[in-house]
Amino acid sequence: MNLTYRPLVLGITALCFSAIVLGRAQAGGNHFYAPVVDQVVKEECGSCHIAFAPSMLPASSWQRMMGNLKNHFGDDASVDAETAARISRYHMANAADAGGQRYSGKLLKGVAPGSAPQRITELPAWVREHRKVPGWEWRHKDVRTKANCAACHAYAEQGYYDE
Amino acid sequence: MATLFLTAQPAVAETPNEIQAALKQEAAGASGFQGFSAARGEDFFKAKHGGEWSCASCHSGNPAAPGKHARTGKAIGPLAPSANAERFSNPKKVAKWFKRNCSDVLNRVCTPQEKGDVLAYLLTVKK
Repeated sequence: MNLTYRPLVLGITALCFSAIVLGRAQAGGNHFYAPVVDQVVKEECGSCHIAFAPSMLPASSWQRMMGNLKNHFGDDASVDAETAARISRYHMANAADAGGQRYSGKLLKGVAPGSAPQRITELPAWVREHRKVPGWEWRHKDVRTKANCAACHAYAEQGYYDE
Repeated sequence: MATLFLTAQPAVAETPNEIQAALKQEAAGASGFQGFSAARGEDFFKAKHGGEWSCASCHSGNPAAPGKHARTGKAIGPLAPSANAERFSNPKKVAKWFKRNCSDVLNRVCTPQEKGDVLAYLLTVKK
């Protein structure tokens, strides 16, 4: 009796194990922030900097940002009303606090509700995660700014932000 | 038949030369217009105009090569149509980026003459 069940149990164990491993691989370890897939949004928000994942900031942040595109971190990034509405919709639906975002909760830890932070790189969790990066690396000619995620995170454009 | 071919053209896709022609029509409205100059366009492209940046700050001094955003470091595809077929093929995009980038570089809109000169220059850049 025992002998007939053993291969079955082994097989199921192996299946479960690979399912866990595969699941992890798909999620890209611990830091997956779904990249922008809407082509209009991707182009409008990803020409001057990478199209930051909407799931990296809460909806209140995006709302505030979209209300002030005329002064977008010192730049006039205004777009026509129709495009702005599309960008807003997309960001609201996929914001960090919109639900269903696996790793966003971690990134929003320590962010006061309704505080609408504008810089991802000033989120307490972001700062903590990057505390060991030395100054010279930030100043490196291929990095230059903390907003240049892809300089170090080779798969940032695909949504993976592991080390 | 000819009209059939014309109307069969996609609505937005244009060639750099067609965009140049449209700029010429606009520029011709100004008094003293004597055509576009690639040399003047090159000077304009590489010079600063009172601000922190020139066009070349982000698009590189060689428009056939990839550029890099001066603030964010984001890679920018080559600007010269010879090196990047997408450039100057969509009038809407051309208008959008001239508006944004002229505002960054000159803190004003560019004149049709300036835009035409720059495009004339970019069209001379070989890959």
